[in-house]
Amino acid sequence: MKLFKRSRGLGQDGFLKASPFLVPSIIGFSIFYLVPMIISIFISLTDWNGLDRLFADGFMQEHFIGLQNYKDILGSDEFWKVLGNTAEYIALYLPLMLTTSLLGASLLSKKRPGVGAFRVIYYIPVLTSWVAASLIWRSILAPQYGAMNGILEIFGITGPGWLLDEKWAMPAIVLVSVWKDMGFFALILLSGIVGINRSYYEAADLDGASSWKKFIKITLPLLTPAIFYVLIVSLINSFQLFPQIMIMTDGGPNGATQVMVERIYKYGFRYFRMGYASAFSWILFVIIMTCTAIQMRGQKRWVNYDT
Amino acid sequence: MKKYLALLLALAMVFCLVACGQSNEPADDGEAVTITYCNFNSSGGNEETLQKMADAFHEANPNITVEIETIAYDDYFTQMQTRVAGGTAPDCYELNIENFAAYANKGLLAEITGADTSALNETALNAFNVNGKQYGLPESFSNVVLIYNKDLFDKAGVGYPTADWTQDDLQAAAEAIRALGDDIFGIWQPITYNEIFKVVAQYGGSLLNEDKTEFTINTPENIKAVQTLVDRVIDSNVQPNTTQQGGMGDWDMFMSGRLGMIPTGIWAFQTFTENCDFAWDIAVEPGSTQKATHFFSNCVVMNPDTKHPEAVAAWLSWLTGSTESADIRLAAGWDLPALKDMDALSAYLEIDPPANRAAVFESLDYLVMPPVIEDYALMSDIIGQYLAAAADGTMTVEEAMNAAQADCVAQISLG
Repeated sequence: MKLFKRSRGLGQDGFLKASPFLVPSIIGFSIFYLVPMIISIFISLTDWNGLDRLFADGFMQEHFIGLQNYKDILGSDEFWKVLGNTAEYIALYLPLMLTTSLLGASLLSKKRPGVGAFRVIYYIPVLTSWVAASLIWRSILAPQYGAMNGILEIFGITGPGWLLDEKWAMPAIVLVSVWKDMGFFALILLSGIVGINRSYYEAADLDGASSWKKFIKITLPLLTPAIFYVLIVSLINSFQLFPQIMIMTDGGPNGATQVMVERIYKYGFRYFRMGYASAFSWILFVIIMTCTAIQMRGQKRWVNYDT
Repeated sequence: MKKYLALLLALAMVFCLVACGQSNEPADDGEAVTITYCNFNSSGGNEETLQKMADAFHEANPNITVEIETIAYDDYFTQMQTRVAGGTAPDCYELNIENFAAYANKGLLAEITGADTSALNETALNAFNVNGKQYGLPESFSNVVLIYNKDLFDKAGVGYPTADWTQDDLQAAAEAIRALGDDIFGIWQPITYNEIFKVVAQYGGSLLNEDKTEFTINTPENIKAVQTLVDRVIDSNVQPNTTQQGGMGDWDMFMSGRLGMIPTGIWAFQTFTENCDFAWDIAVEPGSTQKATHFFSNCVVMNPDTKHPEAVAAWLSWLTGSTESADIRLAAGWDLPALKDMDALSAYLEIDPPANRAAVFESLDYLVMPPVIEDYALMSDIIGQYLAAAADGTMTVEEAMNAAQADCVAQISLG
């Protein structure tokens, strides 16, 4: 698996031949991504309320406020609190998601009867809509009448208030997110495991290695490109945490689950501060870019591209 | 990822709408015109009722055809925001009160002139009047009454609530009902922004000063009002705390027969009639130093860019103020028209339960409007967040109200 390896350029000739095929997606990309992104840079420098005509004469003169939005955001307690909430989510979500999906992938890679059915079952949550899943989980996590605390009670544990409890709301969101995403990442890791040359295992078998040793010494190192991909994607997703928050807690209780995209949405479409919201999204963009860049640089130390 | 892109997509739509929305049709007064009307209120059950109204209006005014577009509430305001910004808003449309304030203060609405407002409830009409200009007409209203479980009152041996009740009577009855059992509660009055702006009025307080130039969130009256509600949860526990609620909603708890009283909207009547296997009735909400009751109203507004302002004004005044439209609305069991003359609503009064349906109209004598400011949503979210902290005991009421005041002052500039 050679992810992220630089491929040779198409060359001038190749580009000319390819361009007609690229036109439809480039048009779509420009209209729906590129142009709005460029416009949003300008919006982030204004105090636009999201309602006034954006292209009216004199709009920029009247509404241009320079970097004020950025200063306000970085100087606000709210921003750092929201960043802290996101950090809490990442700190809980990444290790939990990685271990469960690794475990899932290695179990699903074994050739046992019925493994196909289990692969499907693991993947079902991925295909479920976030809205439906969040609504169902909200009722499962209801403190007194929900299934979760009912099950805990069988074991003599009094369950917490989950989504209604400031301390437990974020862990609950993490739990649901891991349930939802595990199948997707397990599938990627599974394809990585399946791609590993069998002869390594045969050689290890001859040496009498235990299955734990084989996992640690063969599977894990050769799986690092896939793990690296999973880490990058899941970290980006974590910063963009949104639908489960909106439906399950709406940022509450007492702001304990307010995260960046939730704030961006509220500022843009509820508080009519589109300029502020645009600046917020660009700050989010920079954070994600920085994290990804650090990961890309760090990969040399631990990602193994030998197959 | 998707939602984030959806934000960008919305911006792209703004761009496209601006680019494509510049067509200019000549105005054709006196000839047949078609106007567009956007609404959310008819979605989910009353689309046909609204179409019936449009047809009846067209019959009376053959020159004007109203094209109705219905968008579900969840998407309505995001979509309307995009369309207004892109210059492709419909000729006229519906707004709820918090969005009305934002739109009117940003100069996005036309003053409705030449509309016949004589039949409309004046308080409701005034709510949509900004600096002497009528930017919206009240289209419908609903309010809040005290709904109570008669069976629980009988069991506890307490007299039914009357219009003369104060918060003290309510507290006494709630305590008697709470004593009936561990999982039976006296009252559930959500400690939320929407409830608070009314309750503080019952104690003579308000969230803003009279000319809406300053926040007055942490006044002694307001603190006392909120303290009363919080004490019912934490102190006398006649109201269930979060653990006791157990994720159950207030309506559900009432319908399960475990709640003595619930101050809630008259839109609960239908659901309660279908789901309560006990006797219930309603009363005007108790006050404290004075009475104050909720009043919610949606309004209809005019796009300043419309090419047919007369036709729009005719449609809007017919829709809000005519007996024909009121009759269609009531026959369908939709919401109540905001009319001055309540005799038009006599058919509504005959439906039982609740037997004391007249309390719906008596409540109108004490109505207070939400404190409408441009940053309404932000203010209500800030206050709501601190109220939640006070309700679960992480902050004292005084701390919470002081913090809410400080945050509102810091984040919102009042005109």
